[in-house]
Amino acid sequence: MIVQPMTVSTITKKVVNKEPFFILDVRNEDAFADWKIEGENIQYLNIPYFDLLDGVEEILGRLPVDQDIVVVCAKEGSSIMVAEMIAEEGRAVHYLQGGMKAWSEHLEPVKIGDLRNGGELYQFVRIGKGCLSYMIISDGEAVILDATRMTDVFLDFADKLNVKITHSIDTHLHADHISGGRKIAEATGGTYWLPPKDAGEVTFAYEALEEGRDIRVGNTKIEIQPLYSPGHTIGSTSFIVDDTYLLSGDILFIESIGRPDLAGLAEDWVGDLRESLYKRYKELSEELIVLPAHFMIVDELNVDGSVSEKLGTLFAENRGLNIEDETEFREMVTGNLPPQPNAYQQIRETNMGKVTPDEESQREMEIGPNRCAVR
Amino acid sequence: MNANKVLDAKGLACPMPVVRARKVMKEMETGEVLEILATDKGSVADLAAWSKSGGHDLLEQKEEGGIFTFRIQKG
Repeated sequence: MIVQPMTVSTITKKVVNKEPFFILDVRNEDAFADWKIEGENIQYLNIPYFDLLDGVEEILGRLPVDQDIVVVCAKEGSSIMVAEMIAEEGRAVHYLQGGMKAWSEHLEPVKIGDLRNGGELYQFVRIGKGCLSYMIISDGEAVILDATRMTDVFLDFADKLNVKITHSIDTHLHADHISGGRKIAEATGGTYWLPPKDAGEVTFAYEALEEGRDIRVGNTKIEIQPLYSPGHTIGSTSFIVDDTYLLSGDILFIESIGRPDLAGLAEDWVGDLRESLYKRYKELSEELIVLPAHFMIVDELNVDGSVSEKLGTLFAENRGLNIEDETEFREMVTGNLPPQPNAYQQIRETNMGKVTPDEESQREMEIGPNRCAVR
Repeated sequence: MNANKVLDAKGLACPMPVVRARKVMKEMETGEVLEILATDKGSVADLAAWSKSGGHDLLEQKEEGGIFTFRIQKG
């Protein structure tokens, strides 16, 4: 039997289509428990590769014969070794090309919709880490929001559509992933926008993202209106695009809400978070389509692989928007917080420009899920 | 405790540091100490986990100038 690589793109399609398949994850148990490829119909077996060096006979009986088997490790080296051992036993088997590193870095662009005066809105789904970036295009121009550090993907996409990136925006200072926003602005000669309240310690020049400073894309009056919505960070800003979409950053997700503690001030910001969600968002049209900056679980993906929901539906169904009692709300968002994202302080310092780790270090810092929400 | 053997796994990528360490360890006696030098960051957690899984004792683990040093006593 020959060992075949399986690309992250193929796995992404399987996850979106809810196809059943089998993952033999050969990373060590801590790494597997912390973060893995998630999917509704995936079955898992986690045995570290170093426990399989004497042979794989013992696990052959635990591998299905009627499903694709994908061996997964951190960077692919160990998974190739284990996959070859399994293939030598006469079984068909794949390994994840590029390993979890590639899984963490893969971006899948999905078109969300057309804008009213011509123009389009795309969502870039970072399926392995749950980050969502956006590109709004109109009249040969593009605006990017919450870009990840894989900037080539956005630059190539803009090239392919023959549009020029004029603005690059971060809704807040990210703590879970390294922003590509500034790098894209530098590469394209565009403007980099950041909320000034999050930018107190940054070491570079930026344009102050504030309510009232609308941003235009193209000549066709696609308006991107900032809406100050603190709570996840003190500067967190949402956007209303074309009177149709609400880009909610890390304030509101589909099945959860933003956590207020990643800049260290949960107790102080919980009031802001409540005000943003229960007052400011409440005043908006329920018809707005919410486009968050993250998803946490694959259940939040729509059938086309996108992540979006009507604001009215979220007000009806998202638990974080339905806690009448303020004390109970405070308890929920400060009392039971999940672990913080991997290396989140170093990531914040990188996004402030205080440190500039090499690419390999950036990759290591971003290992694991985003963990920006509370449910 | 001085190392009985030193394995230079610098420049090797996963899974080779662990594969080599295991091979060397097999030829050692219980209680002897193997020192491993590695540069692959991904192997750090794996060497620790392998050591635990194999019943060995991780005596020391440090990093200096991008070189990771492990001292593992055979169990």
